[in-house]
Amino acid sequence: MWSFLHRLSSPPTFYRWSGVITPIFAVIAAALLLVGTVWGLAFTPTDYQQGDSFRIIYVHVPAAMLSLSVYMAMAFSAAIFLIWRIKLADVFAASFAPVGAAFTLLALVTGSIWGRPTWGTWWEWDARLTSELILLFLYLGVMALRSSLPERNQAARAAALLAIVGVVNVPIIHFSVEWWNSLHQGSTVSKLGRPAIDPSMATPLYLMIFGFMFFWLANAFSRARVEIVDREQNKRWVREALGDKAEMQRRAGEK
Amino acid sequence: MQEFLQMGGYAGYVWSAYAITAVVLIATALWPGIRRRRLHAALRKRWQWERSE
Repeated sequence: MWSFLHRLSSPPTFYRWSGVITPIFAVIAAALLLVGTVWGLAFTPTDYQQGDSFRIIYVHVPAAMLSLSVYMAMAFSAAIFLIWRIKLADVFAASFAPVGAAFTLLALVTGSIWGRPTWGTWWEWDARLTSELILLFLYLGVMALRSSLPERNQAARAAALLAIVGVVNVPIIHFSVEWWNSLHQGSTVSKLGRPAIDPSMATPLYLMIFGFMFFWLANAFSRARVEIVDREQNKRWVREALGDKAEMQRRAGEK
Repeated sequence: MQEFLQMGGYAGYVWSAYAITAVVLIATALWPGIRRRRLHAALRKRWQWERSE
């Protein structure tokens, strides 16, 4: 079991299997997002309170949910890197940050656009909105910290520490609508047992959530693949994987 | 069709939210490919140069 995991997490092995799985995930993501968008925009009934403005939910909720999941995954990878010094874990932490930042930005912008007709304001210094904005700054801080330190291992450790400290913000975002009197409505999806959304509106929402998930995985994997080639560019397996002819010939000659 | 595009009077809000989402997701999706092409081209060039030494 452990030797299997160890092999799975070695950079050349990851490079090989991710080369197969990444395009598959990308196609699944594109299909889910396309179907979910068309369904959500054209084939769901109009909301009885919010009219057609509620359709923003199909981009806002998946982006907001995944902005938190990606952060947790990034902090988890960072912890694995700090504890066990697994290089691939740091590659993942680095690859998750930009996708997470993009999702957080989308959650904020689409939320603001939705807030205008619903609450009558683009922005309010409200608990949910403010803590989500802090999440964006955390992502940007982790990315900036990594790129500002010249020595790779030092940069990775600093970024990992900041990512882990930032985890305190995640429950604050999640429970902000319950702890404080927030403008933001309570959760639509995660209520156990009985979701607060009608099934006719829920299906495209689930499609979009899974679409965002596959988008994240495909995107993070392709970032990780570039990062690995960059870090291991002097290793022989990289030359072989990129089809360097001289390396292939030398190998053939050795046989 | 006209009715669909008008989104019950919320056209500006709904369409701009979806347009921004599309732009951000497409940019995020394209970025690793651009970086990969640049990196692989640089590496191949360097290997070729090393051989000609």
